[in-house]
Formats: sequence, C-alpha cells, structure tokens
Amino acid sequence: MGEPDTGAARPADEAVIETRGLAKQYRGTLAVDGIDLRVPRGSVFGFLGPNGSGKTTTIRMLMGLIEPTAGSARVLGRPMPRSSRTVLPRVGALIEGPALYGFLSGRDNLLRYDAADPTADPRTRSARVAAALDRVGLTAAAAKKAKAYSLGMKQRLGLASALLQPRELLVLDEPTNGLDPQGMREIRSLVRELAADGTTVFLSSHLLDEIEQVCTHAAVMARGRLITQGPVADLSAGARGRLAVTTPDPAEATRVLAAHGVSELTAVGPKVTGELPADPPDLADLNAALVAAGVRVRAFGLERATLEDAFVALTGEGFDVAG
Amino acid sequence: MSRAETTATGPDDREQDRTEAAADTAAPAVRAPKAVWSLGLFRSELITVFRRWRTLALLAVLAGVPLLVGIAVRIETGNGGSLGGGRDNGNGPAFIEQVSNNGLFLTFASLAATLPFFLPMAIGVVAGDSVAGEASAGTLRYLLVAPAGRTRLLLVKYGSVLTFCLAATLVVTASALATGFALFPVGEVTLLSGTDISLSEGLLRALLIAVLVAASLVGIAALGLFVSTLTDSGISAMAATVGLLITVQIVDNIPQLHAFQPYLFPHYWLSFADILRDPVGWDGIAKNLGLQALYAAVFGSAAWARFTSRDVTA
Repeated sequence: MGEPDTGAARPADEAVIETRGLAKQYRGTLAVDGIDLRVPRGSVFGFLGPNGSGKTTTIRMLMGLIEPTAGSARVLGRPMPRSSRTVLPRVGALIEGPALYGFLSGRDNLLRYDAADPTADPRTRSARVAAALDRVGLTAAAAKKAKAYSLGMKQRLGLASALLQPRELLVLDEPTNGLDPQGMREIRSLVRELAADGTTVFLSSHLLDEIEQVCTHAAVMARGRLITQGPVADLSAGARGRLAVTTPDPAEATRVLAAHGVSELTAVGPKVTGELPADPPDLADLNAALVAAGVRVRAFGLERATLEDAFVALTGEGFDVAG
Repeated sequence: MSRAETTATGPDDREQDRTEAAADTAAPAVRAPKAVWSLGLFRSELITVFRRWRTLALLAVLAGVPLLVGIAVRIETGNGGSLGGGRDNGNGPAFIEQVSNNGLFLTFASLAATLPFFLPMAIGVVAGDSVAGEASAGTLRYLLVAPAGRTRLLLVKYGSVLTFCLAATLVVTASALATGFALFPVGEVTLLSGTDISLSEGLLRALLIAVLVAASLVGIAALGLFVSTLTDSGISAMAATVGLLITVQIVDNIPQLHAFQPYLFPHYWLSFADILRDPVGWDGIAKNLGLQALYAAVFGSAAWARFTSRDVTA
C-alpha cells in the first residue's frame, strides 16, 4: 500500500519464488495441495492464511527443510532443495518463531549461526553480528544469556540472524508474534527499509492489517490451497471502495446519491453507504449536490475495501476459522 | 522407546547405505577444497558443546571417579595392611591392588573402572543429544537454512562428539594422574608380564592407553549419533543410546550368547591392558580398533543416510 515499487528497475517478470504444483502430504493428509506461488522480485509479499492452512509447510519446502511430495519450487531462480547451498546464503529466514541456544549470549547465538554459513567471511563476522544486533535494537542486551530474553527480544534476535548478511530475499514467518505494539511498528518500518534497499520480503502472517500496511503483493491460503495471489491493491479492490456519508438526514441523502448514479445504497442509522458508478463523478461535486439539496453532511468519504473484506469474500468465512 | 525404532529402521538404512556409500566415496573429491569452511562451524560446535553446563557436569563426574577410587584405596591401605586380593571381578586386570605401591596404576585402574559404563554413558548423552537436541530446541532448522549443509553439519557433529570422547578420557587420565601422584608413591612400573619399565615410559604408555580408550568410544559415538538422527527429542535419544549401551553390556556378559559377543562394541574394550605387557600384545587392540571402525562406518553412514533425507519439521 503506497509503497514505491522497488522492483521497477529490474526485469518485471523475474520471480524470486516460483512453485509449480507444490504439494506435501503428511500421513495421508495434504498439508499443501498443489500450489503455484509466484513472488515477484522487489515486492513485499504477504502470505496470508489462518493457522494450519499450510503456510509454514510451504515455507519449509521453500527453504529445503522438507521434501515436497509433488511439484517443484524455485527460489532465486534455482531449484530447491537441490540448490540449497548456493541459494540459502542469499536468503535470510525466520521460520516458526526464533530458536536460540539459551545458555549462550545473544551475540554468541548470532556468531554460531553465522559460522554455520560457509559463505560468511569469518574476518567480518563480529562486525556483521554487531551491525545486525544494532539494527534490531539489541546491542544493549547482546551479552545477556538468551534464556533471559523476553519473547519480543528473542524475536528480534531471530530477525538479527536473518540480517547477518545482505540478503536478496527475506522469509519472515510471523515476525511480529510476541511483540508489543511498539515492537510491531519497528518491525514494519524495518521491513519497509529493507524493501527500499531492494530486498524482496516474503512475509507470512495471519494478521491482515499487518499485511495491508506493509505489503505490495499478497497470496491467500486456506486448507492447503492457494486461493488467490496478486498485488494487494487488486486483491482488496475487487471494488473501488464504498462511498460513506454520515448525516442526520439519511433518507434525503439516499435519494440524492441515487440520483447521481450511486448504487446498492444502504442506510444504517446516520450512515449511508453505496457503490460508486463505474465512471465515478467528482466527489466534491457529489458533496456539493448533497449540501445543495439541504442534506447536513457530518462526514463524507470513500471507505477503502479492506483485505479482510476481500478475504471473507474469497473464503466465505471469518479469517480466524482454522482451515 | 526409540530403541525399537533403531532396530526397525537400522537394517533398511544399512541397505540404503550400501548404495549411498558409493556416492559418499565420490563426494569428498567435490568437498575437498572446502575443508577449510568446516573449521569455523567445528569451532562453534565445540564451544557450544563445552559451554553447556551438562557437559561440564559430566566431565566433573568423570574427574571425580579417580579421586574417589584414590581416596578409598588410600584409606584402606592407611589402616595398615595392603589392599587384600578380595577383589576379583574377573573382568579385566586388577590394577587396583597395585595402586598403593605405584600411583601410576590409579590411571589404569580408573580407566578400567570408567570404561564399561561412566565414559560410554557420557558419550551416549552427548552423542544422543547432538542432532536431536538441536531439533527439539528448533535451532536445527536455523543451522540448516544458514545453510550449514546436512553432510557438513553431521560431520561436524561427529567430530565434536569424538573430541568429547578424547576430552572425557583425558579428564579421567589427568585426574587419576594428579590423585595418584598426590596420594601414593610413584616409581618404576612393573608390567603385568613382570618386567620393569621406567616411570617416563610408564607415563608414555598411560597416555597411549588413554588414546586407546578414547578410540574405544568411537563405536558408541557413531551409534549415538545415528539414534540422534531418528528422533526430534534430545532426551529420548540420550535415553535410547544409554539403554542400548546397558543392553549390549548385559548381552556381552551372558555366556550363552557368546556367538554374538565378538560383534558387540564393548567386547574388546579392556584389551587396552595389553599395552602393559612386554612385549605388547596388539591382537586384542587391533580387533577392538577394527570393530570400532566398523561401527563408525555402519552407523555413521546410517546416520548420514537418515539425516540427509529426513524432513526437518521441528
């Protein structure tokens, strides 16, 4: 939403993640049922779905942790899990929450994860670790044992481990879990910052407003299937949004708006909402017309269709219903 | 509980192994130039193992054994009279009677006392936890997406377990040497075959024995590593490995099962005493080392086959 499309400079058709019929079966149940996911380079891609819809299983397959039952996955243009060794150093990941060595300090945890990456230069290791700690605001707590960290601090340390090297792709699975509102905002601005640097961010979440605030693209999963994917604007604006007028004279307002081509008008108390026509009139003229007809307008404006509306329209169910 | 799994999956994996072992022999050629890249991870792994409170506790227990034995012998002989020949466990040489005459024998006595159970139990704990512990903590997935590489990670894990074997044995040896030198007279060493050697040569043989004891643990280390790749629970992997150890030790002591015994990893463990003969009898030692190498090859490649193909869902 309102994010600059940082991918504009690159070939537009380049996909950072591309799957074909990707499926995973666990003891008879299909956790992921043949999905064709496509994440364009430079996007902030929201991966939405209720708990248990197959998001994490998909991410694990993309990261080469589990073998797909069927289908294929390409990350950064190379097949996974076969090319793990060349692909994964360019990918930072936070999968299903942070996992740390409680008896090691925050800094030592990062040193260990960095040592695990064969492409990481040991000479710059401590500097990169310090930079990553600083980026997530953990410098002050770096020497503390990780078991003494709060959930939010653990989450930050997990993020820091994903930021040890400059990455082309960041895969963040529920990154704001356990964070306070302040922490959530910091993560969001961090994601925006990274995206502005040209990093593609693949963000899984079950929090719709989170996705709506930072993502340029989104995909929705339910019961192991990919229901839809595309730019967030396209997804949420199946409609252009509804016109909403708050007035003590709803009946008169309804009449005037209908005369100007606004359809599906509903009046609930003092609030009248309706769909604008395909060729919408200037909203200022519309407002003037209302006032000219003697309607006392308290509020006037477009209500953007939320992703939640889109989601409910797609799945026909509340978002929090587990798949 | 995983013991059943072990026996269930073991043969399959070994089948698989034979085919994959061929691939493995070709692989080092590709990996060779990257030998350096493992050092950083290996160092990190050692730090992780040895900083753990549990590891230090195990080493402390191992260090305590020679101290306890030394003090016990000292008290017994201090009351006048030498340590009577009442002890006859029929299992390995009775070094303990000689401790009051020569403190160096406390080293041999301590290694003989810890090898059947204390040492392998400690190895079982560390090896069993090596992969499964990371899986249950969730850190395994982050190591793998780093990407540590499954083969590389497994090699590093096995390397660190073997390092622990050596460290554990050296801790027993060092503690026994210190206690022995502090509490008892030390001098020329009378070998089991009756000849005398100088103290310095005796020390050299003690060190050689320590290395042999460490090498005797290679088999259980590989077994523990394999068990560790089967489960996502560190505790059950440790329990299964230690359980296997106990079972094998029992089977090794049932005369009716003598047909199997030459294939059990602890069977030749006490062969290290042959170092204290003149001439040194290498027969049992060679059999022991061969058996350990066999266990390392079989269970090492079973662990590799399992770990490189499994889904990491923890």
